[in-house]
Amino acid sequence: MKHPSEEPRLPAPRGPLSAAVEDHLRGTGPLPPDEEIAAAPVYGDDLQLALYLCYELHYRGFAGVAPELEWDPELLRVRGALERRFLAALRADARRHDRLDDALAGILVEPVDGTGVSHFLRDKGELWHLREYAAQRSLYHLKEADPHAWVLPRLWGRAKAGMAAVEFDEYGGGRAERVHARLFADLMTDLGLDTAYGRYLDAAHAELLVTVNLMSLFGLHRSLRGALVGHFATVEITSSPGSRRLAEAMRRTGAGPAAVHFYDEHVEADAVHEQVVRQDVIGGLLEVEPHLEADIAFGVDATVFVEDRLGDRLLSDWTAGRSSLRTPLTQEFTHTS
Amino acid sequence: MPNSPSDTPRRVTVRRKGPLLVEGPVEVELEDGTIVSSDRFRVALCTCRRSRRYPWCDTSHRDRA
Repeated sequence: MKHPSEEPRLPAPRGPLSAAVEDHLRGTGPLPPDEEIAAAPVYGDDLQLALYLCYELHYRGFAGVAPELEWDPELLRVRGALERRFLAALRADARRHDRLDDALAGILVEPVDGTGVSHFLRDKGELWHLREYAAQRSLYHLKEADPHAWVLPRLWGRAKAGMAAVEFDEYGGGRAERVHARLFADLMTDLGLDTAYGRYLDAAHAELLVTVNLMSLFGLHRSLRGALVGHFATVEITSSPGSRRLAEAMRRTGAGPAAVHFYDEHVEADAVHEQVVRQDVIGGLLEVEPHLEADIAFGVDATVFVEDRLGDRLLSDWTAGRSSLRTPLTQEFTHTS
Repeated sequence: MPNSPSDTPRRVTVRRKGPLLVEGPVEVELEDGTIVSSDRFRVALCTCRRSRRYPWCDTSHRDRA
């Protein structure tokens, strides 16, 4: 794992919006005009990368970009315009449940004949599929639990205590070698991938960027704390059975012990997290802020929507025998089993 | 010493459906005498006996459709 303070390079722009944001970050050009933001496809590569660049300043920043730009008013104004389009699209496109129990019911049932990405990888996944999957997911897993930590000051009582306990577990329970982001870096090493933060940003399609932007959007806005909690619950509820299938895929392909361990750990950990999030975090939040029920349900529905889009994208590429990446992986593959 | 952790009762959370939640760390003695342990802040113990990681919950209690 490379030294964590090493900032990633700016990625290649994907259109006028992301190019203009990058020019602004380098101090060489103007930000995009409102008409351009209004005209860009909302789930497209250009808009989603532009938003991703804005958000990344709140995590690790970029090499050669002044860290103070995190709070640059002009950039925040553009980020706000991008976010309003993104949020409006999610509210319009995600399936809508008014009652939280209805939203959760759909993800608390295990399909007998599932057809998702984890089912594909368990049954038919080859090492190259697993490497592509890990490279893309690294955009989140190398900062696993970070977007959710922002919600802590916006909760109190039972919800705060439960959320902090789950986050403590995500961060290794006080042990650096057990931090989940570190466990994922170890998985990447088993798969012969580069563990440097941000290394695979260029490789990831818009569908993946959307899933990470969703967490940052919900995490950075107190007004969306209910949606963040709903999002987090969805991740924890769906993770355990999905992780079991991914652990099976890693075992079957001989991906390596750390690759297997990452998903084995998530089978058990997230079975606990699910209970704590549902009982303490959601239960505690609704006790003090019952008006947030629809927002929590929206967080669930929006997460299901963006994850389904990503799954469709990956499976349409893989079942056609194509790579799911924008740029090919270099062969750093060293593990042999 | 009311603040000593050893004097605090250990809380076990019971639900109609799903695992028993126990404050960790815990040791579990299985029928064959084996002892397994978990040092998680909270531990989910399987009650439906369907878990493939018994005695730990792996969400196998969920309805299937």
